[in-house]
Amino acid sequence: MMKFAVVSFPGSNCDEDLYYAITDDLHETAKIVPHTATDLSEFDVVLIPGGFSYGDYLRSGAIAKFAPVMTAVKAFAQQGKPVLGICNGFQILTEAGLLPGTLQHNRQMQFICEPEPLRVENNQTTFTSAFQDQQQITLPIAHGEGNYYCDEATLTQLRHNHQIVFTYQNNPNGSVSDIAGITNEVGNVLGMMPHPERAVETIQGGTDGLLVFKSLLKAHLRTV
Amino acid sequence: MQELKSEPTPEEIREQKPYEAWGLSETEYDYISQKLIGRLPNYTETGLFAVMWSEHCSYKDSKPILRKFWNDGSRVIQGPGEGAGVLDIGDGQAVVFKAESHNHPSFVEPFEGAATGVGGIIRDIFSMGAKPIASLDSLRFGELNSQKNRYLLTEIVAGIAAYGNCIGIPTVGGEIGFDAVYDGNPLVNVMCVGLMDQADLKRGRATGTGNSIIYVGAKTGRDGIHGATFASNEFSEEKEADRSAVQVGDPFMEKLLTDACLEIIHDHAEILMGIQDMGAAGLVSSSAEMASKAKSGVTMDLDLVPQREPNMSAYEIMLSESQERMLLCVKKGEEQTVLDIFARYDLDAVVVGHVTDDRQYRLYQHGKLVTDVPVTSLVDDVLERKQPSRKPVRLENVQPAQAPVVQDPADTLKALLAQPTIASKKAVFSQYDSQVQANTAVTPGSDAAVVRVRHTKKALAMTTDCNARYIYLDPYVGGQIAVSEAARNIVASGGIPIGITDCLNFGSPNDPESYWELDQSVQGIALACEQFDTPVISGNVSMYNETDGHSIYPTPMIGMVGLIEDVAYITTQAFKNVGDAVYLIGETGDDFAGSEIQKLRGQVTPTGQLNFDLEAEAANQKLVQASIRQGLLQSAHDLSEGGLGVALAEALFESGLGFEGQTTLTNQQLFSETQSRFVVSVAPEDQAQFEALAGNRAVFLGKTTDGDQVRLTTTDGELKATCSELKATFGGALGCLMK
Repeated sequence: MMKFAVVSFPGSNCDEDLYYAITDDLHETAKIVPHTATDLSEFDVVLIPGGFSYGDYLRSGAIAKFAPVMTAVKAFAQQGKPVLGICNGFQILTEAGLLPGTLQHNRQMQFICEPEPLRVENNQTTFTSAFQDQQQITLPIAHGEGNYYCDEATLTQLRHNHQIVFTYQNNPNGSVSDIAGITNEVGNVLGMMPHPERAVETIQGGTDGLLVFKSLLKAHLRTV
Repeated sequence: MQELKSEPTPEEIREQKPYEAWGLSETEYDYISQKLIGRLPNYTETGLFAVMWSEHCSYKDSKPILRKFWNDGSRVIQGPGEGAGVLDIGDGQAVVFKAESHNHPSFVEPFEGAATGVGGIIRDIFSMGAKPIASLDSLRFGELNSQKNRYLLTEIVAGIAAYGNCIGIPTVGGEIGFDAVYDGNPLVNVMCVGLMDQADLKRGRATGTGNSIIYVGAKTGRDGIHGATFASNEFSEEKEADRSAVQVGDPFMEKLLTDACLEIIHDHAEILMGIQDMGAAGLVSSSAEMASKAKSGVTMDLDLVPQREPNMSAYEIMLSESQERMLLCVKKGEEQTVLDIFARYDLDAVVVGHVTDDRQYRLYQHGKLVTDVPVTSLVDDVLERKQPSRKPVRLENVQPAQAPVVQDPADTLKALLAQPTIASKKAVFSQYDSQVQANTAVTPGSDAAVVRVRHTKKALAMTTDCNARYIYLDPYVGGQIAVSEAARNIVASGGIPIGITDCLNFGSPNDPESYWELDQSVQGIALACEQFDTPVISGNVSMYNETDGHSIYPTPMIGMVGLIEDVAYITTQAFKNVGDAVYLIGETGDDFAGSEIQKLRGQVTPTGQLNFDLEAEAANQKLVQASIRQGLLQSAHDLSEGGLGVALAEALFESGLGFEGQTTLTNQQLFSETQSRFVVSVAPEDQAQFEALAGNRAVFLGKTTDGDQVRLTTTDGELKATCSELKATFGGALGCLMK
């Protein structure tokens, strides 16, 4: 069985949703790991959930990056193992320097929750191999600070390395180049604002999100 | 007993009567001194009595009426009187829910007032041992042509979003209405729904002599002092100085508090004797109520209470309504287990007192006894006041409403769809996280929201409803309609109504007409609740909704929960397939009293006589329930404001389909608001079976098409419009008005 760590910070609120997506729908194992954990070596994948870690006080993700577990997350990523940050998780990964750029307040300065049409820009990653190239999918978004920003040089590099993995079809928040999700240069760390864990069962309104987790499983089975 | 030097002596209090400004009458003060405690209360005690005897805490004015509610029923595990009501939903599980108003604070400081309204009701839910799984907001504002009302709408919605989104409970629905009577007195009613295993049920009791009283959560500050009495007085613009009575919320702290308390409830139930939210009237009401319910006494040392500011008096500590605080009663000797858990969540938790067996309420500060009164005198001995009641003159000799002339139904429909009460609320709902917890099956905008119960085949449907224009015309019939419409929403979503909560928003109880309206609508609600087998399991009364002498329409908001026994029954309002047959269930009359078309045509204050048949309502709901269970309905939508025209349009909007048909109704009847009706769609192969089941309760209207046109021929004309154009009007109206 594949083993997922779901890191929970004080204020995380999508940790259980991720746990259930892995256990109920992907049928693999998951464990919710507290922010105080220092060792993640028993896991195959680390998931950083959405929510409002430390109340998003100061700036979203700004306090979480100092949590003890982040040292372990960095070590985990350095070994080339997959790390996926969703929503607040994406914000934390940029604050921690594991991903380039930053997430600003939405263009209209309001929280937005709605299903959002996306395009899979790169299906050659650990997180997207179960999708078709350029596949159009729908995933829910729910964020107030999802407006991705990076400088021109970084954007050029993201494009050149195929690090842009998901883009919005009707940019809801003002993100540079319609960016909804990016990887690091190596490709083992993905940050995305949309919530794949909220689209794993028909009753939730769609199952496109399950393919993110199936991709991780596929990649894992190849390495075992 | 020793008094602080700066505080007036008991004799000075008797002479200067400062308690009158806190809402306590001289009769009550005398009764307390002479009959209940046998001496003059000191300053602290007088403050405690003033707040505990306020309507907000004691329900002294409304209790004689609230007794008329029906709260039995086979599913009831806990009725009114605890943090929230609890209903059995099978499999050893229970649903917990309650609604609460935060009207006055939200007018004074809309963002924080609304945010702390959300926070308060969540604590009521988890204090019972339930995980909060959804919240809904029922909001009323003045018309959006005033800048103040646009500001209130924007800030109240932002406050709800800021708190609800952070804490990770999906905001799945509610409703928003607009009417000039809510100028200067918006309504903010928040309903929270929780799910639990029945074995985890906890109550707010301070039981077991010697057991410890533990305070947990935010530190106590001077915010919100006299919030409860603030809510029990009329409002005036000059009193904006009351601002200090509004609290400030911290949803992050609340999330930690929720998680920590639920951990203790789940893992250490045997040492947790009771738990209660520090809500209105803060530390005094929670501790006194916990002792009252357990028939025990409580002694607390106020020097141990975590304080945010120096030099707080006993009076201030006890009456503070600082948010995100809970009070626990924990078995003696086991305190450390609980304190350790809270420490892990970085929460302040302190043993502040213990349970006694003499039913006295004692407080110490700086080593001195500052309060020593019977628990019962604070909670149980409050003098009920049956207020004088009088039927308003406007309700004598009521005539039927005039029927409007409708030349072009399409124009009328467009105008109605742009009315803010009817128009799409997406501009608001999209600011709420409606999907966190990943259980939301039907998001805001359909008749009822639906949340599935994970790891079962069940789901819960939930809705809030109240058409106050009807209540204004006839509170008894309007009360029945409010419950019936909520039930219709639940039924259209595939559920069985199982219970209600309410927020009774009324004018001053000292006004005999207002008191009569409260009495009548409660009786109407009670009658309909028995009809639908939906006991009232919790609720809240908000009176004094008057600003500068103007009262709101009586607005008894109904929050209803339904059980969907199998997720396969979940039904939404949108038409599904081309060629499906569309039926109208229920008879249509000329019902324009209090209708949206009446308001649209310039009759701002509703007039006319309401017609309603509770038996027909129940029969039509049964038909929809049976049809859904037999798998015959592709969609179901209840008819409400704007009648058939609006309901038909709404069923088309999400479908991308068109419609063509004809009816024996007149142009104007397309907008009649006759109750007890549904629009449903049926696949061609199921038509015969559906018609056999429905008999004469349903009439065939027409079929869905793959076009972009809605076309319905009437006896004196035709409704002919482009769906995409109607949808643009419906979708854009509120956003435009909010700018």
